[in-house]
Amino acid sequence: MLFASLKSASETSASTKSRRSILSGAIVRRAMLNSFLKLNPVTMAHNPVMFVVEVGSVLTTILLILNALNHRGHTGFNLQITLWLWFTVLFANFAEAMAEGRGKAQADALRLAKSETTAYRVSKSGIEQVASSLLRSGDVVRVTTGQMIPGDGEVIEGIASVDESAITGESAPVIREAGGDRSAVTGGTRVLSDVITVKITSNPGETFLDRMIALVEGAERQKTPNEIALNILLAGLTIIFLLAVVTLQPFAIYSGAPQSVFVLVSLLVCLIPTTIGGLLSAIGIAGMDRLVQHNVLATSGRAVEAAGDVNTLLLDKTGTITLGNRQASEFVAAPGVSDEQLADAAQLSSLPDETPEGRSIVVLAKERYGLRGRELGQLNAEFIPFSATTRMSGIDLEGRSIRKGAVDAISKYLVEQGSQLPDEVRGSVEQIARSGGTPLVVAENGRALGVIHLKDIVKGGMRERFDQLRAMGIRTIMITGDNPLTAAAIAREAGVDDFLAEAKPKDKMDLIRREQSEGKLVAMTGDGTNDAPALAQADVGVAMNSGTQAAKEAGNMVDLDSNPTKLIEIVAIGKQLLMTRGALTTFSISNDVAKYFAIIPAMFAGVFPVLNSLNIMHLRTPESAILSAIIFNALIIITLVPLALRGVKYRPSSAAALLQRNLIVYGLGGIIVPFIGIKLIDMLITAIHLV
Amino acid sequence: MTLNGWLQIAIFFALVLLSAKPMGSYMTRVFERRKTFLDPVLRPVERLLYRATGVREGEEMRWTEYASSMLIFSLVTMLLTFAVERLQHLLPLNPQHLPAVAPDLAWNTAVSFTTNTNWQAYSPESTMSYLTQMLGLATHNFWSAAVGLALAIAFIRGIARREMKTLGNFWVDLTRGTLWVLLPISIVFALVLVSQGVVQNLRPYDTVQLLEPQKVTATGADGKMTTTAVTTQTIAQGPVASQEAIKMLGTNGGGFFNANSSHPFENPTPLTNFLQMLSIFLIPAGLTFTLGQMVGSPKHGWAVFAAMSVLWFAGVLTCYWAEAQPNPLLHGVDQRASITQAGGNMEGKEVRFGIANSALFATVTTDASCGAVNSMHDSFTPLGGLVPLTNILLGEIIFGGVGAGMYGMLIFVVLSVFIAGLMVGRTPEYLGKKIESKDVQLAMLYLLIFPFVILGFTAISVQAPSFGLSSLANHGPHGLSEILYAYTSATGNNGSAFAGLNANTHWYNASLGIAMFVGRFCMLIPMLAIAGNLAAKKSIPASAGTFPVTTPLFSILLVGVILIVGALTFFPALALGPILEHLLMLSGHSF
Repeated sequence: MLFASLKSASETSASTKSRRSILSGAIVRRAMLNSFLKLNPVTMAHNPVMFVVEVGSVLTTILLILNALNHRGHTGFNLQITLWLWFTVLFANFAEAMAEGRGKAQADALRLAKSETTAYRVSKSGIEQVASSLLRSGDVVRVTTGQMIPGDGEVIEGIASVDESAITGESAPVIREAGGDRSAVTGGTRVLSDVITVKITSNPGETFLDRMIALVEGAERQKTPNEIALNILLAGLTIIFLLAVVTLQPFAIYSGAPQSVFVLVSLLVCLIPTTIGGLLSAIGIAGMDRLVQHNVLATSGRAVEAAGDVNTLLLDKTGTITLGNRQASEFVAAPGVSDEQLADAAQLSSLPDETPEGRSIVVLAKERYGLRGRELGQLNAEFIPFSATTRMSGIDLEGRSIRKGAVDAISKYLVEQGSQLPDEVRGSVEQIARSGGTPLVVAENGRALGVIHLKDIVKGGMRERFDQLRAMGIRTIMITGDNPLTAAAIAREAGVDDFLAEAKPKDKMDLIRREQSEGKLVAMTGDGTNDAPALAQADVGVAMNSGTQAAKEAGNMVDLDSNPTKLIEIVAIGKQLLMTRGALTTFSISNDVAKYFAIIPAMFAGVFPVLNSLNIMHLRTPESAILSAIIFNALIIITLVPLALRGVKYRPSSAAALLQRNLIVYGLGGIIVPFIGIKLIDMLITAIHLV
Repeated sequence: MTLNGWLQIAIFFALVLLSAKPMGSYMTRVFERRKTFLDPVLRPVERLLYRATGVREGEEMRWTEYASSMLIFSLVTMLLTFAVERLQHLLPLNPQHLPAVAPDLAWNTAVSFTTNTNWQAYSPESTMSYLTQMLGLATHNFWSAAVGLALAIAFIRGIARREMKTLGNFWVDLTRGTLWVLLPISIVFALVLVSQGVVQNLRPYDTVQLLEPQKVTATGADGKMTTTAVTTQTIAQGPVASQEAIKMLGTNGGGFFNANSSHPFENPTPLTNFLQMLSIFLIPAGLTFTLGQMVGSPKHGWAVFAAMSVLWFAGVLTCYWAEAQPNPLLHGVDQRASITQAGGNMEGKEVRFGIANSALFATVTTDASCGAVNSMHDSFTPLGGLVPLTNILLGEIIFGGVGAGMYGMLIFVVLSVFIAGLMVGRTPEYLGKKIESKDVQLAMLYLLIFPFVILGFTAISVQAPSFGLSSLANHGPHGLSEILYAYTSATGNNGSAFAGLNANTHWYNASLGIAMFVGRFCMLIPMLAIAGNLAAKKSIPASAGTFPVTTPLFSILLVGVILIVGALTFFPALALGPILEHLLMLSGHSF
């Protein structure tokens, strides 16, 4: 149910979906509660910036109480400062709780799919019934129509259609069969027809579903390398500003203008990077969450980060760059033969041919020459199926004998019929082969009629996507089993940067190693067992959910939709995650300029009225200035929660262009926005007489 | 501000710009041990030195070995200077029969010259013998500059090298920097200075009769007024030119005389003044080109040069503007610049240099960690004095000290790349090297030490009436500026004094000595560790997705990060110091 909605949200409507879930009442309520629970200092200590704010809040609270007991100080002002300090901490906790909340809701839904079922274990003595939770790796179970598959495993016998919607959200059933690349089954999915025997491959608590729940819930969340580095930067800046504020008091005393602890803590909290400090973990969790919304599961945050860093994408030709099958694109008639004649013969010979290639010939003839498909039964024809010896197929009817096949097969056939392949036809054959197509020669009654051009069809929009990737500095390499000539032609048409032709699994592995030795990060998709080593070697290895268990274990991501093109989106999500962190860090640091101009004059204008000339925002009173700054500082965290959860706007373009755009928006914006914000808050709180 | 003033500033910058490439590519050749035109003379000397000291030329060092060699060398030479100072009354070349230097001052001075700071808590002509000046101090002018140069080259190698554990050989870099870069230029420069009237002798001081005897009235300890007639003047002598050249070229700044570069024997003419300023920037500006060349991206070198130039220009503009303004406290006095007067604030400035060249000198000497002065920074207007102070507070990275400016700037580059690098959607990388948590950790440590020492000591001093405030000549915000400037100058290894503070006390000698020591050596270690870490990394080939470090946008970003991270740390202190003083001056108060 849940993943059904995720499924629909993927690709086009991901942003609308995320907006909807941000506003979901239940998640918000739960997050509000959690913001208080997270005040526990042991939890807070993981976030040095917010920990300092919490310590400051505790300090001012204690002082507030002491002052109240002794009837000292401007209680109203100090109380407001203290409250806003607490709000700052709570808002940061709320951001994190919101990000976690969405994952928790998903995990709850997944747990429903993980209900206990009865397994039918095959043993020496026959079939015994056991609880699914007692199954161990290596057990063999039989699953029949209507039953839930009790655990992850591999089909070792039989073929069945399986409903995997609990995992993938896709309602159409999929075929799972013994042997080959479609043998993996997942616990919690249901067999719709037939019987299969499954060898269980995972122990309780380690199943795919368990891993998925842990992942979306963020239970195993560890800080990623980038997050650690950023945290160090933020901690360092916090110490520097702590130093600036702590030493300010002696300077202030020297100058005859000592400051209250409330004001000093306010200055400190405004200066340390609370915006990014408060939102950092929310950004990381939301990044993983965005992947889940695209129906991709990453085993770690590290993998998501690596996706942003990818330099080289290895894409399989078939299914990723081109549509799965070749299609007829053209009829090239021999001299003296009309195109219609050739099309007619080609269509006739393909009528019984149920392969996608055969059907595309029928369709092309209909579209180009208006030849409607005829019913085989009415024609009284005999179909000659493709055989390995003749390597031709065709049809015999009413004195017409039509054959089609590869050039050498037909040419041999013609010679047997006492004829031969005209040079013109041979020329067309070569031309088609050079352009990357597959030529099929058609002959009727011992005479060559011409050639059908079968073409690999590049998926729509791929060239544009590769252009975007190139702009981002990512090189795409197409992997294909085709010969170099064909591969080059398709590579040219699709607009990939490079190709690996006649690729064997080892070649793929070598390519990855070569790229990595140059310091590059490589991403690839795969589904077969022979892809597993390469998936493991790649920095980002996305296994198709339809693939084998080995592939799924080797990669660090699984695409539940089994859509290889999604690799491009995964890269985008990784980049967006990193960009969001960078943008908010820059914004947070830039904010300090305005806060200085609010607080420093407010601190000292009482003793040195001349310092009011630094009060360029013309804030009403020293109290209103300090309060406005601290309120702005708290509110900006909550204001930016949606941005942190959704990620900054991402347009594929070069690093230089991205830097320029983001520096203007978040750097320059970060300098200007607080000047406006603090001024507005000052006007508001003065108007309602808070100070 | 006059057209003449601006023209001189423009010519100065043009020459810095023109010299950067030849100087930079020459240094690349020297440190990559390629052929230079001086090889026939210097190679035999170099080989002889290695043979005598047992240095193996081809041996490479890891960052830890490089750092420990540098520390041992600095420590030994520091002790040598300390010994010479303490024993100068027993040693030759002491025609004035000056006594041994006091222990705390000797420590302070030894640290000061070893760290390329050249903070002088004493009057050289009445404290240091000729031998001390030559053997104890001038040698350090060469060595400390060569050490800085070697360290910068080691850092650049760290960026340029791939998957290597070593950064070069400290002893070789030190030797080549001294022999090929510092010595030849200093010899030529010293001769030019002599031609302009800078003295070079070992004679005792001259005593001359005053044409107009002066009467001086003083109040004695018993409260009685005594008047003495002064009829003679002592004119100090010494081997000045040889020390003056390296004092500027090596961004040392320790004057042979107390008056430093405003003394006519150190800096007699506008031409020597111009050349002195130029020689401060000669090596640091050249190093930007060396950086570009050695990392294989000349444009990156120029981008760093551009960022430095922008900050330099902002400083000159502010300082020159502030000093050329009429003093608002003087009413009804003609203070406009004209044929007969310089106009503006001429207090503490030499008439032969005027406003423009004093403002430019003050900016240049504090941009680079030189610290030589040709005017008294203490007498600048508050905003004019804010410029030298801010220049040092930014970390001496605006061209900066020989070598030290380059590696200091590169730390800021690493930090800028890290902060903004994420915004292009990749793990931050600098010239193909990923900037990871260890690099950030070390860079933050480097950045932290600096304000920690400056703000910490200043805070202690302003809260200590007995030993901190008692040295102050002025009170109020100006007094705060004086103490802040002293610790800033020491920690930044600049060495210029704001003056107005008697720093020759136990507290200031000791604490400023610690500040200089920490500001140099404790910051070097994380810096070298980053270099070692970077050298070991793989290098990712550049692509359209690579963070651009060669564009004007990068220069702007770098300037922004330096100003926000560097200046914001000190904004509260500056607000209560020079900024408050300026505002109070406008309302009629002065200190």
